Amino acid sequence: MKKLIFVLMITIFGATGFAQNKNAKATIEVDGVCGMCKDRIEKASIKTKGVKSASWDVKTHQLDLIYNEGKTDLAKIQQSIADSGHDTEDIKAKEEVYAKIDDCCKYRDENVVNDHKD
Amino acid sequence: MKKLFQLLFLLPAFLSAQETLKGVVLEANTENAEIPLGGANVYWLNTSVGTVTDFNGNFEIPYKKEFKKLVISFIGYQTDTLQINSIKFVKHSLKPTANLDEVTVRSRQKASSRSFLESQNVINVSSGELLKAACCNLAESFETNPSIDVNFADAVSGTRQIKMLGLSSPYILITTENVPSIRGASQAYGLSFIPGTWVESIQITKGAGSVVNGYESIAGQINAELQKPLTDDKIFVNAYGSGNGRFELNTHLNNKVSERWSTGLYIHGNLRETEFDKNGDTFLDAPLMNQINVMNRWQYVDQENGYVGFVNVRYMNDEKRNGQTFFNPNTDRGTTNVWGSEIKTQRFDASGKFGYVNPELPWRTTGVQVAYSHHDQESYFGLNDYNIQHTSLYANVLYNSIISDSRHKIKTGLSATYDGYEELVYSENFNRIENSIGAFFEYNFDNLGDLNFSAGIRADVHNRLGTFITPRLHVRYTPWEKSAFRLSAGRGKRSANIFAENQQFFASSRNLNILGSGGAIYGLDPEIAWNYGVSYLQGFNLFTRKADFIVDFYRTDFANQVVVDWENPQQINFYNLEGESYANNFQTEFNYNAFEHFDMRLAYKYYDVQTTYLDGKKQKPLTPNHRFFANASYETQFSDAGRNWKFDATFNYLGEQRFPSNEGYLKTIGLSEFSPSVSTLNAQITRVFSPNFEVYIGGENITNTKQDNPIIGNEDPFGSTFDSTYVYGPIFGSMYYAGLRYRIN
Repeated sequence: MKKLIFVLMITIFGATGFAQNKNAKATIEVDGVCGMCKDRIEKASIKTKGVKSASWDVKTHQLDLIYNEGKTDLAKIQQSIADSGHDTEDIKAKEEVYAKIDDCCKYRDENVVNDHKD
Repeated sequence: MKKLFQLLFLLPAFLSAQETLKGVVLEANTENAEIPLGGANVYWLNTSVGTVTDFNGNFEIPYKKEFKKLVISFIGYQTDTLQINSIKFVKHSLKPTANLDEVTVRSRQKASSRSFLESQNVINVSSGELLKAACCNLAESFETNPSIDVNFADAVSGTRQIKMLGLSSPYILITTENVPSIRGASQAYGLSFIPGTWVESIQITKGAGSVVNGYESIAGQINAELQKPLTDDKIFVNAYGSGNGRFELNTHLNNKVSERWSTGLYIHGNLRETEFDKNGDTFLDAPLMNQINVMNRWQYVDQENGYVGFVNVRYMNDEKRNGQTFFNPNTDRGTTNVWGSEIKTQRFDASGKFGYVNPELPWRTTGVQVAYSHHDQESYFGLNDYNIQHTSLYANVLYNSIISDSRHKIKTGLSATYDGYEELVYSENFNRIENSIGAFFEYNFDNLGDLNFSAGIRADVHNRLGTFITPRLHVRYTPWEKSAFRLSAGRGKRSANIFAENQQFFASSRNLNILGSGGAIYGLDPEIAWNYGVSYLQGFNLFTRKADFIVDFYRTDFANQVVVDWENPQQINFYNLEGESYANNFQTEFNYNAFEHFDMRLAYKYYDVQTTYLDGKKQKPLTPNHRFFANASYETQFSDAGRNWKFDATFNYLGEQRFPSNEGYLKTIGLSEFSPSVSTLNAQITRVFSPNFEVYIGGENITNTKQDNPIIGNEDPFGSTFDSTYVYGPIFGSMYYAGLRYRIN
């Protein structure tokens, strides 16, 4: 009986000790300029398995994420965003992917960025 | 050692003293009062360095030379980014987003619009659209909307019935703020008990609708959002007077009583004391009436912790008198000297709504709604007495969440209803109690691109309708840009309140018969119908201006219906459907912003509504096959002082309508088998003098179209041919009105 309690305690504490946050929150910076970028960034985030909610702010470039740590991590999410054509804090989008996004979304082009300023 | 500790303690203080930016965040307001915003986020752009303001709006944030842009944000306020070049005390005011939206709505958003993204076929009617037809209550708010047909006022009560997809309002679920409201005893006149100025916006859903609001909707749903104390004007006054003797006064007083509580008092009164008998048939063309309607709302908002709530109470007293001009209720009631009618209604409503949004998990929300109403109508139509009392209770608990990610949304919950009816029809009593409890579940999938669908199901246990399942499905697919294909299907079930819904027949010499026995409601069976619809919306540019084009087709198929048969001129019979009954509706609509500030809308509708009567399948009486609708509106540019002009015009054409009964009989009362077609034109001009004050004048039925003899047998109202139900067009003829609106924000 004592053994059983001991085992149970180990499993419970062990589980909590290693439990991954199912609703982990993170805010990362993603580059983009407009509402179309917002669509693309949020879609790329949410299509990453494990991401529950994603909201990108056009003005601040901040992407608010809520995701299940057991299923994904920030690296994977950022990779998926970069694959859609947007630079993230840690991963830069490949030239050929960036080339494919709409002209109005070319956030690396200073002229386009200026066009979007009020 | 002691010194070392002191040093260690002081070290961070030194560091922060040197490299800290301090400031305060306030709320921007018109009075320039200093209202601190506690809990606002303050952070350096593109960094993870951030803080939150304290209770007094103060903040301190570490500063480095590389940090240039400071972002200040707070839910419900516009996010601002400040350029920081040196360490100076920052004092910044955030603007509430609510104020901002109001401005944008005025300049950009169309008065009435359809969504390209929603899975349901929803038409949004904003307050701007509601002002296009200034008079007067919810029934008349649909005049400029082609999806809803507003019938001509019936000859006795003067109220207007609405129709959708060719079906009358009992088949439409009408809710105020998502609580079913116009139902049961209030079915006939309930729309006229909601003053137009109280309505903030209207959402019209064509087709089955969502399972969340119950099982009763068949043709569609209409939801009216009422004015909210927090967003409505502080003081609003609307006065209206018309050439047919109708006067209305609306007053709104809204006040923020504490940080979280706001309250609004809404008072409506209307009056008609002048008698009109322009067609000389001895009957009033429009009823004498008066109404007092008072509502008090309390709104609770706690953004930080995610709580919102509403508490409402409303009392209404409405009196109408109609009939022959020389009718005196005190001496003539109950006699055959003079024909007259009075309808007196008192109603009390109380409701509460409570919502919780989990601030940590924004997709997880919980809502509770409870509503109580007591409706008491006392009335007589000549010698026919009709009284109804209806006590109703409604409760709904709703939980929203997601499955795996925010593309998969779910809604689930429980609802319960209680309805107690006590009716007196002539001298017979009909009492009944209905109650139900049900559970619903709705799944919504959105691939964030071309596909979105929602599938819902509910199960209810009802003491008279039995135990049943209500499925509903809505799909939206966008194969190419600016398009939306929609598909919907669903089932609806309801108990027909045969007397309350058909009160116009009391003002006739017809005998009422219920041909049925053993059924649960007046001896009749519950009504069951399936509704299917397809719709296609395409937006495009025509000569560089925005336009859209809509084609809808809807079919309602009744599995059972309580047939209202008035084919025999001496009778009105209610019985269970034997055979087919359906309503087909085809609608095409074209909206075009032809030039700056000029919008036009054209619509054509085709109805094929047929029911199997005792003597065979027939087109539903007084339902035209063809309708045409046109609306044009123009606004001049706002001047710097906020002045402008607004012009609106609406044209309606109704094709010929079948009269009930046979050709032979119709000839004896001076009618042919079909009514003539009817065209009406309404127009309104609004002069906005400033954001606070505007005046409008307008005309209804400007071309003076009239039905010559709306009341059959008017020379002998207690005789066998007396009937006021053959109304196919306007009784009053042209009518002009004027009004003003004054507001202080």
